[in-house]
Amino acid sequence: MRELLQVRDLKKTFKISAKQQKIQKTKERIKVAVNHLSFTAYQGEVFGLLGSNGAGKTTTLRMIASLITPDEGDVVVDGTSVVTNPSEVRRKIGFLTSELKLEEFFTPNYLFDFFSDLHGVEKETAEKRKRELFDKFQISEFAEVKVANLSTGMKQKVSLVVSIVHDPDIIIFDEPTNGLDVLTAKVVTDFLLELKAQGKTIVVSTHIFSLIEKICDRVGIIIDGAMVVCDTLEHMTEEKSLEEKFFDIYAERAGESYEK
Amino acid sequence: MKSNMMTVMKKELTRFFTDRRMVLTTLLMPGIMIYLLYSLMGQGFSSQYEDSEDFKAQVQVEALPESMRQIWEQDVPLEYAELSGAQEKEEALEALSGGEGEYHLVVSFPEDFDAKVAKYQVSSGLPAPAVEIYYNSSDTDSQSAYGIMTGMLDSYESALANKFDINPEGEDYDLASEEDLSAQVFSMMVPMLMMAFLFSGCMAIAPESIAGEKERGTIATLLVTPLKRSHLALGKVVSLSIIAILCGLSSFLGMMLSLPKLMGDGALINANVYGFQDYLLLLLVILSTVLVIVAVVSIVSAFAKNVKEATGWVTPIMIVSMLLGVTSMVESLCKTEPMWFLIPLYNSVQCMNGIFSLKMDMVNLAVTVASNVFYAGIGVVILTKMFDSEKVMFSK
Repeated sequence: MRELLQVRDLKKTFKISAKQQKIQKTKERIKVAVNHLSFTAYQGEVFGLLGSNGAGKTTTLRMIASLITPDEGDVVVDGTSVVTNPSEVRRKIGFLTSELKLEEFFTPNYLFDFFSDLHGVEKETAEKRKRELFDKFQISEFAEVKVANLSTGMKQKVSLVVSIVHDPDIIIFDEPTNGLDVLTAKVVTDFLLELKAQGKTIVVSTHIFSLIEKICDRVGIIIDGAMVVCDTLEHMTEEKSLEEKFFDIYAERAGESYEK
Repeated sequence: MKSNMMTVMKKELTRFFTDRRMVLTTLLMPGIMIYLLYSLMGQGFSSQYEDSEDFKAQVQVEALPESMRQIWEQDVPLEYAELSGAQEKEEALEALSGGEGEYHLVVSFPEDFDAKVAKYQVSSGLPAPAVEIYYNSSDTDSQSAYGIMTGMLDSYESALANKFDINPEGEDYDLASEEDLSAQVFSMMVPMLMMAFLFSGCMAIAPESIAGEKERGTIATLLVTPLKRSHLALGKVVSLSIIAILCGLSSFLGMMLSLPKLMGDGALINANVYGFQDYLLLLLVILSTVLVIVAVVSIVSAFAKNVKEATGWVTPIMIVSMLLGVTSMVESLCKTEPMWFLIPLYNSVQCMNGIFSLKMDMVNLAVTVASNVFYAGIGVVILTKMFDSEKVMFSK
């Protein structure tokens, strides 16, 4: 299988301000957010990053999306290095995270056109794609409503649609169903499966076990910025459920017993 | 991707021009408000002047000499009543001090004033006969009456030793043309006001467009697209400059139309003294100035975490620019050597001063425009680096 995304020995540290030191009750001045993390995602597979809050999932995805630069290591997206050619990487990926917000003054219609232009999508192609995606996510009837006046679920759908205007081969979703109602979450999950069927490579970070079990081919468990396990979902859930497996690893790694 | 800068510009302009509130408050209101404010102020001053023509000083006078009686009974803005005795004078002073009664002044002449004046020799070194004028400075009518009285007595004093006249009536001795007068007024006032208008225009939009996008998290959405940081910076600076120029021009139009009204209809101030070429040069200076201001405000806004912080940081810079604007009013601070025109903002003020005083040096104007464009270019490079810096863009 073709290696479409290679994450190689990534490391990222952040300085901790005096204020943060007080809040976190630590004297450490540097926090290692991602610690020599590596994994590979193959074409047409869904790779899941599983970890608790603060484990380093979002930082890893932000480095892959070239929003932040790694201190060490590299990410190679379809042959392009995120360190040496971040702009080309941005052309190849679609990235969605709750951090990325849409300008509330504009309508979904305007935003779709705007991001299509930024990605250099031809007018006709963009129109066709807009119709398809708007219909799929029931955005059409709200196409001319300002984002400020949309519901949270609809905003999330618009964010998702806007992040893939250019029909990228690699899609990176950070907590894609977080904060969504069950109906919207199902629409998003089904769409991820559809993208997978189309041969897209997807990397998702989540702490929702059911989502991983439903859509992922392989899973990486991140604890304290390090990849502790990386295996196929099938292999990982041979003896125990994914949830049990995760907490076993977590307790072992953290050196403390976990009470179920 | 070459059109990405245009895409960003289009978005910024759409954002502004489709927001009726922003267009009204930032673009239309300043011009309209300045026009109304200056016009009303001018009307107020004029009516005050007209009122003062009808004013008659009400005076109580002690020991009125014959010479004064003859003058005061002619057509003078004064009505008087004579005081008899110290008791009446005492009561009149008390009423004037308390701001009561109808009288504005109490004037006390020495006994035999005319004789004493006739006898008095300046060369004797003795004190001259003194006229005492009591007034109440907290009462504007009393102050006006005091001015009329002192003016009248000064004229009388001068007439006693009338050996020569200065500018007798019936001739126009002020040789300044309407053009000169207008140029002087506009060149002193407009540069400072223009700097304030341009800066206000930038302040109204740039922090919102850059710090606001950071604060709302929408800038990150742009940064994950293939959009080059330089295109983002250029797109923002150019579109914000267009809006800021329109805001500045709105205020400028309001000011130019209302300034003659502010100066009074008789003041011969008229913006028509400037031709198409003057306005073209002014536009060039404004364009280059706005680029510099937008670049500075954008950099500050990119550093700030939110709009509030950005506005707080930009305010001192605006004060500095307004102080530089004052240099057009102080002749010793108006330099003419080209080297001085390399100083950003100062050069713009001096260029506007030169244009409005109809004495613009083209070399200095060229230095100003070129240096401003150069500084704006440096600003865009810095802004590009800032958009590329995760510390700046994602600091919390």
